[in-house]
Amino acid sequence: MEQFLQQALSGIASGSLFAILALAIVMIYRSTDVLNFAQGEMALFGTFIAWTFLTRMDFWPAFVLSLIVAAAMGAALERFVLRHVEGAPVLNAVIVTLGLFVVYGGLSLSVWGSFPKSFGPFSVFKGSPVDLGPASIGRANVGILVAAVIIMALLYLLFQRTSLGLAMRAVAQNRVASRLVGIRVGQILSIGWGLSSAVGAVAGILVAQTTGLTLDLMSRVLLFAFAAAVLGGLNSPVGAVLGGLAIGVIKNMAATYIDPGVDVTVAFIVIVLVLMVRPTGVFGQRVLKRV
Amino acid sequence: MLQVKEIHASYGPILALRDVSLEVPEHGIISMLGANGAGKSSTLRAISGLLRISGGSIEFEGQRIDHVAPERIVEMGIIQVPEGRQLFTDLTVLENLRLGAYTRRDRDGVRADMQRVFEYFPVLAERQKQSAGTLSGGEQQMLAIGRALMGRPRLLLLDEPSLGLAPIVTREIFAIVSALNAEEGLTILLVEQNARLALGIAQYGYVLETGTVVLHDTGKSLQQDEAVRRSYLGY
Repeated sequence: MEQFLQQALSGIASGSLFAILALAIVMIYRSTDVLNFAQGEMALFGTFIAWTFLTRMDFWPAFVLSLIVAAAMGAALERFVLRHVEGAPVLNAVIVTLGLFVVYGGLSLSVWGSFPKSFGPFSVFKGSPVDLGPASIGRANVGILVAAVIIMALLYLLFQRTSLGLAMRAVAQNRVASRLVGIRVGQILSIGWGLSSAVGAVAGILVAQTTGLTLDLMSRVLLFAFAAAVLGGLNSPVGAVLGGLAIGVIKNMAATYIDPGVDVTVAFIVIVLVLMVRPTGVFGQRVLKRV
Repeated sequence: MLQVKEIHASYGPILALRDVSLEVPEHGIISMLGANGAGKSSTLRAISGLLRISGGSIEFEGQRIDHVAPERIVEMGIIQVPEGRQLFTDLTVLENLRLGAYTRRDRDGVRADMQRVFEYFPVLAERQKQSAGTLSGGEQQMLAIGRALMGRPRLLLLDEPSLGLAPIVTREIFAIVSALNAEEGLTILLVEQNARLALGIAQYGYVLETGTVVLHDTGKSLQQDEAVRRSYLGY
């Protein structure tokens, strides 16, 4: 029982990393119908930028600055690249984001090199494990969990309580109607990409807390984040979060109770089974397209 | 108030509007009649800036508005209730109405207008928290009009408000539309396939065929016009 709780907790912690990146993917997919395969590499790039700032200043200013840079890059990407492939066949956007995947990976390699960087843990993530009665949880995982909860709460407030968030939801639903109530759709899409890029950078910084900063930092996380988004339903933020947590827990349970080598396999078997029953994902809605 | 002068527009190679001219005076109700594909909706789309015109001009209160972005046109006070209503179906009734006031910054005015919309359409007040997609067709049309009113329009463009609605619901909506004009002096440009209804409340009407205006006159004269009666009124 103790081992079960223990594994569930650390599964939730790693799952919340998938959840954050999955949220970034879902935010873009909902508003632009683009599956951003470059989300992980964009996050990697943002994490390298954070590392660069960190070698020059304290944690918090470096953190904030790197999020601003990541957001600006995401917004610029929408404005100067993605906007021009809009309206073209869906495959064009797929090729573009796959291309960006390669570009960001290559840029990271050429700017920062392939040598791993030590990255944290920062003081908040250090110290002895936190005792929770029957189970205990490492400080790094506590930090990740807290950060994940804060990000999700902030995104929830943004979408549900602010007029910017309302406009973002409106644009995701119906662009013509959005323009007819006076929303500057292009501006909102840029903001969406910027926000998603910043959220991705946070995910990268958190992942690097436990693994250090390497070029393949996000490749596995991206795979699981995509799986989480699909499992939850690509157009559902709640689904993305729960999908991420579910995958994290299933992965850990499989590694503990079956075999450490099969965790990924079992996770994906579960995903395939769920999608066979519900092709739109657990929380996804079938989108009716009007022509 | 609005002057459309000899506009041309096309969707790719297909010509949608040819030499369309019309005029909407302040406080008037003007209506456009015509069959499917005659260019009525295209004219509204052109006025709202959603369809680029390739010739002619559109002026609102003496100011050229062709080639102005749709969002700017909304801010100037021209608000469209589009064909098929185009609601945000997953959002609640209240959120739809809030979005109608998206360009406004006067919180008190917005609150007052929300009350006013609820007075015109009490059913919307009852269903504030429901998502718009769960409303009946008539309620959705009311929400679409309510959302437009939240933007405090100076000119309201109404595209086929009767589409797909039961006659009794249509009458209710038309009664409110003419009350908006009579009581508040709201200027309205109405597109409608149901010519009897449209000419019943419009002071002046334009008849469109294959992308061009073929006839225009006062609502009363059009009702008596032989060709209009045969083609559009069916008697």
